[in-house]
Amino acid sequence: MIALIDYGMGNLGSVGNALGFVGCEFEITSDPKAIAAADGAILPGVGAFGDCMANLREYGLVDAIRAYVADDRPFLGICLGLQLLFSEGEEMGRHRGLDIVPGRVIRFRHELKIPQIGWNQIVGRQECPQLEGVADGSYVYFVHSFHVVPEDESVVAATTDYGYDFVSAIRIGNLFATQFHPEKSADVGLRILRNFVRTCDGW
Amino acid sequence: MLAKRIIPCLDVKDGRVVKGVQYVDFRDAGDPVEQAAWYNEQGADELTFLDITASLEHRDTVLDIVRRTAEQVFIPFTVGGGIRAIEDIRDTLKAGADKVSIMTAAVRNPDIITEGAERFGSQCIVVAIDARRTPREGRDDSDLGPAPDEQIQWRVHTHGGTEPTEVDALEYAARVEELGAGELLVTSMDADGTKAGYDLELLRRISVNAGIPVIASGGAGSVDHMYDAIDYGRCDAVLAASIFHFREYTVRQVKEELAARGVSVRL
Repeated sequence: MIALIDYGMGNLGSVGNALGFVGCEFEITSDPKAIAAADGAILPGVGAFGDCMANLREYGLVDAIRAYVADDRPFLGICLGLQLLFSEGEEMGRHRGLDIVPGRVIRFRHELKIPQIGWNQIVGRQECPQLEGVADGSYVYFVHSFHVVPEDESVVAATTDYGYDFVSAIRIGNLFATQFHPEKSADVGLRILRNFVRTCDGW
Repeated sequence: MLAKRIIPCLDVKDGRVVKGVQYVDFRDAGDPVEQAAWYNEQGADELTFLDITASLEHRDTVLDIVRRTAEQVFIPFTVGGGIRAIEDIRDTLKAGADKVSIMTAAVRNPDIITEGAERFGSQCIVVAIDARRTPREGRDDSDLGPAPDEQIQWRVHTHGGTEPTEVDALEYAARVEELGAGELLVTSMDADGTKAGYDLELLRRISVNAGIPVIASGGAGSVDHMYDAIDYGRCDAVLAASIFHFREYTVRQVKEELAARGVSVRL
């Protein structure tokens, strides 16, 4: 069973639809115990960084997610669900994140249109089971104004060029998180979700 | 590089596609969900459903289409037509749409843009601007020509482009961006349905000043027209209906031709 974490801010419907489509059993939950018992956990997210963190605290999920990830169990963060893993975000004032991955979340620093909305290409930076079968240059769907800047470059799983190369996915062991939306990225996105579900088998 | 988006638009009335693809292989050619899946297979980057049902009681029918599409088609899609209140935005997004496009309600009550953006995020608030060329006051010459001058302005129209307002389209575009719109869907009422090309002057004037993506709409009859909307019109996406529905082009053909001309598209 995969836990789709509900903290009042997520695009749960879309992610749930895509998980259902790839034939994965999942449960939408806010219960730390259900997360602790899950084979995999997905943290989606839409909204502002500070609001999302406030909701995670209010739902009592901060420690549950930290503990889950500390055990190196299969985890997928999507969009804000990637950004929240970092130490600090600068969206509408400085906010502390889950502080699982050292680094910051910053606004695009260029003259292009913000948010970036649409399909852009990813280039793999490390071997990842979650990106298996996804060719460099594959298009995925983005909607965001902020991007992550990890302190440790070795966590970078993929980058994307929007004005400059930014980090569009990270991977640390069984933790994988994307700035793009696999649930809206057609066949490429569904493949990434299938790959993730496969990494959850046997947990 | 960020790809330019190709967006087929489906007109839906009473839950059925009324201006949609004439495709013999469909089990049910009027089913919006089946058409959505077909466009997805062709490589459409997004889809737009335009609900042209006049009466309110069909809201549930639209939401049912949204729900069924979201279960089967994993690309972003927008729902427009009949979005009048914040509750309509909420219900449509909750049913699975990624964005709503707001036209008449945004002109009448611009607060809906700000409130929608604050509650659901700017990214899901598309403001639809239906504009028509109009002589400025005091000018009675009705020949507006291909290249407008300071004598000509574009006026915003509401109610599916049928009701003129006094609102200047260029000023309105800037204002709704400030209010929190995430994208602009700009339709020329002069060009719509002509298949003679988008109103490039209108698109260009709005795009160069916009900090948010602009979607070109109204008038697409060929790939050249789409190229012009992207190149001269500076648009981020192009929306088209008839050329896809009547299978003059598939989405993939459009993309291949645009790619051959140096446009970055998702293939």
